[in-house]
Amino acid sequence: MKKTNQKAALQGVLKRLRPYTGWVVLSILLATVTVVLSLYIPILVGKAIDCIIAPGKVDFAAIFRIFLEIGGAAGITALLQWVMNAINNKITYQVIEDVREEAIRKIQRLPVSYLDSHSSGDIVSRIIADVDQFADGLLLGFTQLFTGVVTILVTLIFMLTIHPGITALVVVLTPLSLLMARFIAGRTYKMFKLQTETRGEQTAFIDEMIANQKVVKAFNREEINAERFDEINSRLEKASLKATFFSSLTNPCTRFINNVIYALVALTGALVALAGGLTVGGLTCFLSYANQYTKPFNEISGVITELQSALACAARIFDLTDQAPALKETGSGELSGVEGHVDLQNVAFSYMPEQKLIEDLNLQVQPGQRIAIVGPTGCGKTTLINLLMRFYDVNEGSIQVERCDIRTLTRRSLRKNYGMVLQETWLRAGTVKENIAMGKPDATDEEIIAAAKASHAHSFIKRLPQGYDTLLTEDGGNLSQGQRQLLCIARVMLCLPPMLILDEATSSIDTRTELKIQDAFAKMMKGRTSFIVAHRLSTIRDADVILVMKDGHIIEQGNHETLLAQNGFYAKLYNSQFSLTV
Amino acid sequence: MFKLLKYLKHYTLQSILGPLFKLSEAALELLVPLVVAAIVDQGITAGDRSAILWYSLLMVAFGLIGLALSVTAQYFSAKAAVGFTTRVRSALFRHIQGFTYTQLDQIGTSTLITRMTSDMNQVQSAVNLTLRLLLRSPFVVLGAMVMAFTIDWKAALVFVVTIPVLSVVVFGIMLICIPLYKKVQAALDRVLGRTRENLSGVRVIRAFCKEEEEIAEFDARNRVLTGAQKFVGRISALMNPLTFALINLAIILLIHTGALRVEAGILTQGAVVALYNYMSQILVELIKLASMIISLTKGVACGNRIQAVLELPTGEPVRESGETAAGTALVFRHVSFRYEGAQEDSLTDISLTLKPGETLGVIGGTGSGKSTFANLIPRFYEATEGVVLVGGKDVCSLPAGELRSRIGTVPQKAVLFKGTIRENLCWGNENAADEELHAALSAAQAAEIVAAKGLDAPVEQNGRNLSGGQRQRLTIARALVKKPEILILDDSASALDFATDAALRRALRELPWKPATVIISQRTSSIAHADQILVLEDGEAVGLGTHEALLESCPVYKEIYDSQFGGAKA
Repeated sequence: MKKTNQKAALQGVLKRLRPYTGWVVLSILLATVTVVLSLYIPILVGKAIDCIIAPGKVDFAAIFRIFLEIGGAAGITALLQWVMNAINNKITYQVIEDVREEAIRKIQRLPVSYLDSHSSGDIVSRIIADVDQFADGLLLGFTQLFTGVVTILVTLIFMLTIHPGITALVVVLTPLSLLMARFIAGRTYKMFKLQTETRGEQTAFIDEMIANQKVVKAFNREEINAERFDEINSRLEKASLKATFFSSLTNPCTRFINNVIYALVALTGALVALAGGLTVGGLTCFLSYANQYTKPFNEISGVITELQSALACAARIFDLTDQAPALKETGSGELSGVEGHVDLQNVAFSYMPEQKLIEDLNLQVQPGQRIAIVGPTGCGKTTLINLLMRFYDVNEGSIQVERCDIRTLTRRSLRKNYGMVLQETWLRAGTVKENIAMGKPDATDEEIIAAAKASHAHSFIKRLPQGYDTLLTEDGGNLSQGQRQLLCIARVMLCLPPMLILDEATSSIDTRTELKIQDAFAKMMKGRTSFIVAHRLSTIRDADVILVMKDGHIIEQGNHETLLAQNGFYAKLYNSQFSLTV
Repeated sequence: MFKLLKYLKHYTLQSILGPLFKLSEAALELLVPLVVAAIVDQGITAGDRSAILWYSLLMVAFGLIGLALSVTAQYFSAKAAVGFTTRVRSALFRHIQGFTYTQLDQIGTSTLITRMTSDMNQVQSAVNLTLRLLLRSPFVVLGAMVMAFTIDWKAALVFVVTIPVLSVVVFGIMLICIPLYKKVQAALDRVLGRTRENLSGVRVIRAFCKEEEEIAEFDARNRVLTGAQKFVGRISALMNPLTFALINLAIILLIHTGALRVEAGILTQGAVVALYNYMSQILVELIKLASMIISLTKGVACGNRIQAVLELPTGEPVRESGETAAGTALVFRHVSFRYEGAQEDSLTDISLTLKPGETLGVIGGTGSGKSTFANLIPRFYEATEGVVLVGGKDVCSLPAGELRSRIGTVPQKAVLFKGTIRENLCWGNENAADEELHAALSAAQAAEIVAAKGLDAPVEQNGRNLSGGQRQRLTIARALVKKPEILILDDSASALDFATDAALRRALRELPWKPATVIISQRTSSIAHADQILVLEDGEAVGLGTHEALLESCPVYKEIYDSQFGGAKA
């Protein structure tokens, strides 16, 4: 099972290397040339030394000729080496760029349900830390693996020219060190995986606590959090130590095997020499090549441990990019000329199969109608919005817009026709202006200011340090909830799609400002089908249809007057709001 | 980076022994050529088979000792590197916990997260590598030079010149690369920031069909990152070729000097071979060193980023203060506040007194300073002028922990943490008994959430598996578990329907330990019953009094009230 994981990760890496095949081939070529040249230089040096025999027997002219050759060879090697390194860099960082691009595209296509149920810190850790680690391993693989392999091949040829028999011995024995490396690598993959997983857990914890540091401080949780952090930290320490130490055993172990092989070669070589099959000079030369030959095996085994760790990281990234479910467009229909017919037929939905939420919901909405949804907390109001926007798909029944089942439409075309203001006021790190213009990036400054004025955000924006160009911090932290909500409303006011969804859109805004916004809302909603979720009943008094929801069902339906007259659940809610004597 | 090294102190033994063992292994390796020479001289030349066998066995023995030495060295260096990073990480986390609100606003979450994760990993591998190769490389390089001197001082001068030049190249490239790697990490911060936004804002992004634009923006940042990585990569890739070229130049010089010295009859041919061998050893060592240097450079750049965070001062200093107010729960004396970098005060000259058990309502328009007012009480921000007194003592004279243990805050944004409902509630009091938790839950109108799911029901990150209203009620319960002297509700009932809100207020008034309560709200109905109501407008107190008094005297309050109840009459 683990083997196949690793194999799948490796295949994933190879797949992503494919676009760079040309560069990889070039890198291998350059590696070959540089290795041959750098092995050739010692031979030249040997020749030069041969010209220095004794006083009076030094051939300066020949030496200078050889110097030129050495200089040339060294110069070319250095240059090619640099080009090769630069190419390896390029391949690695391009692959990394590709992987991150792939990841962000995948995130845009992940079902909302996936993001709702997975820790965002963990996903962040995959895209940032894991990809980083993967890059390190890949780069090392490139720089050392190729030159290593080429060195092995070239020295092999040199050795063959000296004594084929002993060469055969070396060739048969050296794979032992690779076997050793593989054995260790196989054992350590699990440790690396544990290390990566623990790291992911820690990142998720860091993400959660640092993002909510203010709550942490309010509850004096600094010490307890630090303790919990230390608990994860010490588990990470153990996992890291194991992974680091056991993987680092590869190098000493393979080196030991190589030393034994070296001793064996010396032994057989000396015995062969004793029998007259080899000169002393030949043996010396052979031994030095044998040394050159086995060294890359050490390096390669070192690289293999790095690659282990890189592969464990790659596996986590590919888990996200390749394994996580992607939204499929179930239809290619495009909405056009939307008037605002929305029909819900026998809709059933629940987040978890065992816990029913919405059952058999029916609703016909005419163009321009204002639909208010009220009910106690947790009755399924926000879920209905999730279904209308197709963040989630219905389990049974259907939702139709302009008599098209929304599942036959592209999500884009559906959502383009809705303007949405949510209770959760998400703003991005960027200027106020950018945030308002989110739905209409080509809006002029006048349009932006007009939208801000309509949503009564203009006056507070003016008072910000740099007005419309004030930078909002991550998560819009430097604004109050109400101010953020005003910006969210301005954002929708600017693009005005044919249908509107307002989910507790004014919950954090004071009522005086709200009254003023109501005018703007009224103007905006004129001729537009609107769905309004609110607990503030004053907001919804004027709705054409009020749906009173409880436990996923519509229990009452009608307008304000008829519902009050019914004296049912709505009437009770309404009266509780306006009784000052509680 | 270097100030971080104090965290290595606990691993002094490992940090010394690791490199030492590695060194012994290297020394052992240098002996191998001598054994080979012995095989040649005493075995082959003398025709002694048993000598060949014995010396071969000796080589295997050297290999075994080397293995033992190096495994020990690896263990020590891994132990020291991993332990070091664990300690730094823990120190950094604790340090971040000490930051004030203002600092957190300024630094930003993304960069703190990269520093805790990615930067930390780089430092760990750098320390590990350094401990393994730290002594070895200089030992081999300087050793080669010393050996050269024993052969011929004039030829050795080539070494004396080459080694500093090599050092200049190696350290020069390092110095150039450190700031560049810093840039890489900063670019990584921005990629991380965008990734987080895309995850937290997924609904809005999809509602606005901004997926493509998000991808484009991410790609742009990603490309900046790649560009920075490639640039620094190209420069650090110079290390190997440059040192290679330099050493070969040195070899040419060396052989030239050697040739002249042989011609002059001072040196033999064999001596030149030996000199050449020493120079080659330096080359081999430098190639190993180069990959370590790159990792070390990255490590130093990342270590500097970590150190920069650690060097920021944390916490609020405790100051002596003569201001007191006996028998009060909460006092504001001429308090003004301005956010760092802002041009206007967010609160201006606020004064009020609240006795234990009393309720203060705070009402006002969006952005009028209500939350700022609340944040001054637990000293999340510090008043720029005037004093805030809690329990009769200046908040600046109390240690932050003691001050905040007296205050229960329910923030605007209902944040819950991954774990169970019980774990979240116990944030208020680690040792709370089940009855206390249930009491708090029922006061917060959250009993039904637990009735369905139980105290040990899982809560996902940010409480994603709960609705906004459920989260809000659980955060209220969390503050109640603390049984604070002062309870602050910062517009904490906004997601609750009116019936629940009313029941909540009733329950709060009946809390057995009678806390002073500060209720911030948009709804007059939520605060009408309060003993005092503070009406804020653009940071100024435009009214302070009871509901009835304010209806008479405060036009702003009247306007707010009419906006909510005017319609009811119609």
